[in-house]
Amino acid sequence: MALATTNYLTPTGREEAWRFTPLNRLGGLHDSSVSLNDRISLTYQSLPSGVEISEVNASDLPSIATTDDQVNLRVRETVTQVLRLKIANNAELTEPIFLNRKVVGMAPEASRVLIHAGINSHATIVVENTGDAIIAEEIEIKLEAGANLRFITLQEWDSKAVHVARHHAILEKDSTFTSYVVTVGGSVVRILPTVEYRGPGTSADLCGLYFATDGQHLEHRVHVEHAVPNAKSRVNYKGALNGISARSVWIGDVFIKAAAQGTDTYELNRNLLLSDGARADSVPNLEIETGDIVGAGHASTTGRFDDEQLFYLSSRGIPAEEARRLVIRGFFAEIVSKLHLADVEERIMNRIDLELATVNS
Amino acid sequence: MSTLEIKGLHVSVITEEGAKEILRGVDLTIKSGETHAIMGPNGSGKSTLAYSIAGHPKYTITSGTVTLDGADVLAMTVDERAKAGLFLAMQYPVEVPGVSVSNFLRTAVTAIRGEAPKVRTWVGEVKAAMTELSMDPAFAERNVNEGFSGGEKKRHEILQMELLKPKIAILDETDSGLDVDALRIVSEGVNRVKSNQNLGIMLITHYTRILRYIQPDFVHVFAGGRIVEEGGPELAAKLEENGYAEYTTA
Ligand SMILES: Nc1ncnc2c1ncn2[C@@H]1O[C@H](COP(=O)(O)OP(=O)(O)OP(=O)(O)O)[C@@H](O)[C@H]1O
Ligand SMILES: [Mg+2]
Repeated sequence: MALATTNYLTPTGREEAWRFTPLNRLGGLHDSSVSLNDRISLTYQSLPSGVEISEVNASDLPSIATTDDQVNLRVRETVTQVLRLKIANNAELTEPIFLNRKVVGMAPEASRVLIHAGINSHATIVVENTGDAIIAEEIEIKLEAGANLRFITLQEWDSKAVHVARHHAILEKDSTFTSYVVTVGGSVVRILPTVEYRGPGTSADLCGLYFATDGQHLEHRVHVEHAVPNAKSRVNYKGALNGISARSVWIGDVFIKAAAQGTDTYELNRNLLLSDGARADSVPNLEIETGDIVGAGHASTTGRFDDEQLFYLSSRGIPAEEARRLVIRGFFAEIVSKLHLADVEERIMNRIDLELATVNS
Repeated sequence: MSTLEIKGLHVSVITEEGAKEILRGVDLTIKSGETHAIMGPNGSGKSTLAYSIAGHPKYTITSGTVTLDGADVLAMTVDERAKAGLFLAMQYPVEVPGVSVSNFLRTAVTAIRGEAPKVRTWVGEVKAAMTELSMDPAFAERNVNEGFSGGEKKRHEILQMELLKPKIAILDETDSGLDVDALRIVSEGVNRVKSNQNLGIMLITHYTRILRYIQPDFVHVFAGGRIVEEGGPELAAKLEENGYAEYTTA
């Protein structure tokens, strides 16, 4: 990348893509007058065979997808060294690959990652975000034919973190992509999981879980574009909000282009409001340009605790607070239990208990 | 020896048009070892009575008292009532997504007994209780009542009663939705708890069929939010013959 001639504008908040985001709390990530530090911030302990991680000059590794997201463009402009993770063709990894965020302070910074899942490979990648940082990030993921990748990101940030990220997956034919986005920490977190289909027989399962408490803005914007025939997508995000200034935003854009015959898609977002004042915006958006599909649907619900469930549990001697804990764990179990990582599952559930307890105490 | 004493109980629900009185002065005393059948037309307030005793937040007690061995039940929270020894087998058991039956039972038993059951004996205890109720042990791993058939939900209620060992149980139409064999199996379960625990029972039902298995000591006719007649088992036979016309038109 040559001179950083900024040919985009700083978002103002009036743009459709930014209207929910509290720009004044982004620590300058979106602001073209603020420069971002260029640093590789993901580390790892050990790698199984069949996986290779290297730092590559950004000029040798151009982005594989297009974007008009201003923060994403700033990441591309800033980053000189890309972290590249390659999974070999036909590799069958039984153990997950863990990448951990190494934070150094609150100067705004940028990070670019490229994940390449080889032909017919099977793997699970877990990105763990902890501590406090102000970080803009792009993670691009390429699944070659027949690849099967489970991609898990855990936003267990401390309370001051600002994290704006785009996860873009490109799916070649017969590949299967599963993403889990778990966001339980941070001050402002805005994540854009997007999927691009390049061949038939592809399938994407995008799941998410968020729990916002006072002072947190947690935003997830899913974008799935069906442009090839016979591909499948499932989107299931569940959120809970606890505290008068807790905010969440969920956008589910699913587009079925004219060429995407035989598409099978369903998207779902469910929110639980656990206190007065909490606000969950949920906007499912399904646009269909062909009638020749297997199925397309969406649903969005936002509600409170089900009193009948709480009464049923309490009538068996279970104290009210514990009944609430059971119901909320039950609400999220559908997502958490699919991580298939016992330690992480237990940690997330314990964190959920804590988030729930903040209002009842 | 326990006594549940209901005196002059008046209960309302909040409707769009304001408070609506459902119970209009219920008096009933149930002692350990006694079985009281409550029979009455749809909408007469039988479930309201059951829920009010259990503490469902929807119902407002406007006057009257409910005591268990002298303790004020109405002053207790819902879970405290269960810990005091009351159990309600619900007419419509509630589904709780994502909470497994085994986790639920273990949590409830821990709360009621005041300590976690011994891991070694617990699994066997649940399995034995399930087997006696002809429930597939696979139910333990399913979510509470989720996707259970009507009859399966009722068995699950009685399973909970067996494990929680209450002093007084209210069975709200536990027989509805049970096939002939299930009715016998569930009734045997109730009778087991009755003889083991000297359980006192309030048995709400529309049918005399269950009364052949669980013999009532008293039969009460419930109409218009109160008990309008009391008798022995012969009263149930008479109701089956004549219906409730004489109580509802009068
Ligand atoms: N929110 C409400 N608004 C108006 N009426 C109500 C409300 N809730 C309950 N009721 C009324 O209270 C009455 C008593 O209901 P309840 O469920 O106790 O009857 P029941 O005797 O158990 O009937 P069933 O034999 O059909 O089970 C019914 O007429 C019912 O419609
Ligand atoms: Mg009823």
